[in-house]
Amino acid sequence: MKKAINELKLRLPAKSENEAVARALVCSFAATLDPTVGELADLRCAVSEAVTNVVVHAYRELKDSAAGRIYISVRLYDTREITVEITDTGCGIADVEKAREPFFTTGKEDERCGMGFLVMESYTDSLTVRSKPGRGTTVIMKKKLTP
Amino acid sequence: MKILYGENDGSTVTFCLSGELDHHTAKKLRAEIDGEILLSRPAVVKLDFSDVTMMDSSGIGLILGRKQTAQSVGATVRVSGAVGEIGKIIRLSGLERLPGLTITEESEKR
Ligand SMILES: Nc1ncnc2c1ncn2[C@@H]1O[C@H](COP(=O)(O)OP(=O)(O)OP(=O)(O)O)[C@@H](O)[C@H]1O
Ligand SMILES: [Mg+2]
Repeated sequence: MKKAINELKLRLPAKSENEAVARALVCSFAATLDPTVGELADLRCAVSEAVTNVVVHAYRELKDSAAGRIYISVRLYDTREITVEITDTGCGIADVEKAREPFFTTGKEDERCGMGFLVMESYTDSLTVRSKPGRGTTVIMKKKLTP
Repeated sequence: MKILYGENDGSTVTFCLSGELDHHTAKKLRAEIDGEILLSRPAVVKLDFSDVTMMDSSGIGLILGRKQTAQSVGATVRVSGAVGEIGKIIRLSGLERLPGLTITEESEKR
């Protein structure tokens, strides 16, 4: 049985400035497990994608999307596994399967290219997306570090 | 994120990007790069990523958007410094298969 050895919880306004803050905090926390440079770079990019999705999409129906919140929870396990959970209480995704298709985007005019979920999936070991329209979205990424 | 203008002769305009390229920083770069392309109407737009320390899909969107602007004035785009994690996400995006866009590993900076 794997055991959680450390835990980080963050709550940030969904402002674009906080994209850099969120990925830096998650990575400095994960760095305590001594990941390789490549593993840390992948995690940083995957977290950046998930957080950016909250900033760009989740609260698009609000007048000021920064009034929305990004909730992040990170757990480090004795098995050198990291789980990152990123949650919003925004608009949700009606068709998650469709949204996860590479290059699918609802943000063409905003220069989005539909790569976020593809990056999250390619740069981690597993990606789970749970979403309810009108309630919000949770993205769970797991990454196993080399021994 | 900063832009440093590299060598510009009448036919080429070079943008050397540095720092972290994400949705937040890309928003600010778009207008500046497009403004310069539309003003100088070069034949080649060079975007150098050798000093970019992190880039997510917003960087891919930035390249695609600038390719559109370049095409509107008849220019092609050359992306350089596509190494390490920058090279990795560019390969994942399949950008190198697009016509009018060249991707290279070497740096424009000297
Ligand atoms: N947290 C979220 N809340 C609501 N919708 C979301 C959320 N995350 C993703 N989506 C939806 O899923 C689609 C695909 O997301 P993905 O991150 O793969 O691409 P993108 O954000 O559109 O583009 P890119 O990530 O390349 O900038 C989005 O266009 C959006 O419609
Ligand atoms: Mg995205």
